[in-house]
Amino acid sequence: MNKVEKSRAVPASIDDTLKLLGSADYLADRSLATVLFLALRMNRPIFLEGEAGVGKTEIAKVLSSTLGRKLIRLQCYEGLDVASAVYEWNYAAQMIAIRAAEVEGEHDSKRIQSDVFSERFLIKRPLLQALEPDPAGAPVLLIDELDRSDEAFEAFLLEVLADYQVTIPELGTVKAEHPPIVVITSNRTREIHDALKRRCLYHWVGYPTAERELEIVRAKVPGISKKLSEQLVGFVQTLRKQDLFKSPGVAETLDWATALSELDTVALDPATVSDTLGVLLKYQDDIARLEGGKVKELLDQVQAELRAAE
Amino acid sequence: MQAPQQDPQGRLAENIVYFARALRTAGIPVGPGSVLDALTAIQTAGVGTREDFYWTLHTVFVKRHEHSMLFDQAFKIFFRKRGYLERLLALMSPPVPGAVPEAPPQASQRVLDALFSGAEKVEREKSEVEIDARFTVSDREVLEKKDFAQMSAAEIAAAKDAIKRLVLSFDQVKMRRLTPHPHGHRIDMRRTLRASLKAGGAVIDLKYRGRRTRIPPVVALLDISGSMSQYTRLFLHFLHAISDSRKRVSTFLFGTRLTNVTRALKEKDPDEALAACSASVLDWSGGTRIATSLAEFNRKWSRRVLAQGAVVLLITDGLERDPDERLEFEIDRLHRSCRRLVWLNPLLRFSGFEAKARGIKVMLPHVDEMRPIHNLESMQELCRALSGMGGRETDPKEWLRRVA
Repeated sequence: MNKVEKSRAVPASIDDTLKLLGSADYLADRSLATVLFLALRMNRPIFLEGEAGVGKTEIAKVLSSTLGRKLIRLQCYEGLDVASAVYEWNYAAQMIAIRAAEVEGEHDSKRIQSDVFSERFLIKRPLLQALEPDPAGAPVLLIDELDRSDEAFEAFLLEVLADYQVTIPELGTVKAEHPPIVVITSNRTREIHDALKRRCLYHWVGYPTAERELEIVRAKVPGISKKLSEQLVGFVQTLRKQDLFKSPGVAETLDWATALSELDTVALDPATVSDTLGVLLKYQDDIARLEGGKVKELLDQVQAELRAAE
Repeated sequence: MQAPQQDPQGRLAENIVYFARALRTAGIPVGPGSVLDALTAIQTAGVGTREDFYWTLHTVFVKRHEHSMLFDQAFKIFFRKRGYLERLLALMSPPVPGAVPEAPPQASQRVLDALFSGAEKVEREKSEVEIDARFTVSDREVLEKKDFAQMSAAEIAAAKDAIKRLVLSFDQVKMRRLTPHPHGHRIDMRRTLRASLKAGGAVIDLKYRGRRTRIPPVVALLDISGSMSQYTRLFLHFLHAISDSRKRVSTFLFGTRLTNVTRALKEKDPDEALAACSASVLDWSGGTRIATSLAEFNRKWSRRVLAQGAVVLLITDGLERDPDERLEFEIDRLHRSCRRLVWLNPLLRFSGFEAKARGIKVMLPHVDEMRPIHNLESMQELCRALSGMGGRETDPKEWLRRVA
C-alpha cells in the first residue's frame, strides 16, 4: 500500500471520515464518507452530482477546513478557457522587459524570448496553483459546476486529472509533487463525458432523510426550538414528495430555518408558511400550486405524522 | 482490513471479475480498469461490513445516477446467490432496511438476464410473473414490441439512401469562447507577443481573437402512438442520421410514457440502433398522452438537455384524446425553456389540413414553427429550416388565422 504523506491529516478509516466531517458540522451518509475516504486514500478526484442545494460545494469547503488545507476554487462558466483556468502571461510586464532589453542594447531574440517567457512573467490561475507544493499539504481543488463549461474545457481537464500535470508550451510540464484533493461538482444540466467520469470516483448526492435533515438543521441553526425544527423539516420533506418543478434542497431548508428563527416563530402556521414560501420555492408555478389551502393541508398532514411519532 | 487477507487474494479478485462481468451484461459499462480500481478500493477501505463493501464497489463501478438502481439489484442477487459475501464478512449483518427501491421491471429483467442466463429458470419465471402483473396498469397501453426487421429490404435501402443524401447543416450559435481569428474583434496578446518576438520585439504584429460559433443541441420528442405508426420507423431513421456523435442530439419517444433512446441511437449501424430503440420502448403503437409525456420531460429532462440553446423538434400529430389546460401549461413551459420549438406534423400532408382539433389549437400558439414531415421532401425542407432559412408558411399564426 502506498505511503500517504501527512497521514495524520488524512482519515484512516470510513468511521474516521464520518467523524472528521461531523467535526465541521457536516453530517454525511456513510456512502458519501466511503467515497471521500477512498478518494483521499487512492488519490482520485471525487465527482459529485446532484440537485442544486444538497451540499456538494460544501464538501470541498469542509474538507479544506478540517484537513487544514488551502481551498482553491475554480468556478466554471461558458467560455472558460485555459487563460483564465490555468495560466496567462503578464503581457504588460513582458513588453516593458522587451523594451528595457532593447535600451540595454540586447538584440538576441532567442535570449529575449527565454527571458520573457520565464516563471517571473507567469500569472498562475487556479489549476496551476493547485499543482504547486504547499507547506500545509496538497490543497483542495474545487472545480464547481463543471456542466456549465464547454466540452472543450472538459477535454483539457483530462490531462490535469489523470496525471496531475499541466503543459505550458513555453516552459514545459508542471507536475504536482503531491496530487491535490480534487472535488468536481455538477448540476447535470448536461451529461459530462464518460472519459472524464471514468477517472473519478462518482457519487450522487441525494436529499437527506428526515432524521438526517433534522440533525443538520439543529447543528447549523443552533438556537432553533425542538418543535419548530421538527415541524419545518417535516414540512420540507412533505414538500419534496409533491410534484414540484424544483424541490427545495438542504440549503433552502437551512435558509428557511434561519428566516423562521429570525422571525421568532415558535410553531408553523399556514400564514407564516405562505409568507416565507419564497425562501423554499424559487419557481412561480410551484408557489402558485401551494396557494389556496394547500399549505394548510400539508401542515395538518405533517402535524398528524409528528403526533403519531410521539 | 483483516477479512481480505484471510481470504486468498485470488478468490476475491475472481469474484470481483465475475461481478463486473454481470454488471457489464446488465448494461453498466465497466472496463477492466474499474476492476483493478475495485480491488484497490476494497484493500484500501478494508471490508468491514456489508454496507461498506456495497458502497466501496458502488463508488468504483457506478458512474451515472441511473446505474445506481441496476447496481443495487445486481449486488443483491449476485452476493445472495453466491453467499460469498457472507463467508467473506463472517459477520452477516441484515440487509439495509428500506434500501430496496421500487425498481422498474425492465431493469430487474436486465439484471436477471445478465446473472442467470438460462440456468436459474425458476427465478426467472417468478420475476416474469411479477412483471406481467405490473403491465396491466393501463388499458390504453398496447405492450407490443414492434420489430423493425419487418421493414422490407427495398424500403430500408430507399430510406437509407435518401437520408444519407440529406445535408444536415445546422444553424450556428455564437459562443462566448474566443479563438484565433483573422478578423476578430479582440487583440490576442499572447500570439501578438510571440509573433513580435520573432523579429526581436522591434515590430509589433497584431493578432486577433474572435467569437467561435457552434451547432446548438437538438432535442427530438417523437410520438410513437398508433396514429403515428406509419411514420415512426422513417423518423427514427432520420433521427439516427442526425444523431452523429459530434452533433449533440437527444431523442425521446413518447406514447403513454416517455422513453429516452439517445444512447440506443448512438449505435453506428442504423438497424442495430433501431432494434435497440424498439427493445427499450414498451408503449409502441399505443395511445397518446401528450400532456403527461411533456410534463415528465419538463420535470425530469428539460434542465438536463435543454441548456446551451437547444432546438426542440416535437414530432406528433397533436391528436390528444382529451386535451385540457394541462397540455397548454406544459407546452408553454417547454416553449419557454428552449431556444426554438419546431412542431413537425405529418397531418400537414393533407392539402386541406385545418387546425381544428382541440389539441392542435391549444398547442399551436406556443410553437415557433409548424412544418410537415411526411416524405423525404419535407425532411429536406426541415434540414434547410434548421440551417436558419425558415419560410412564412410555417408560422403557426397563419394556421390559426385560417381557422378563425
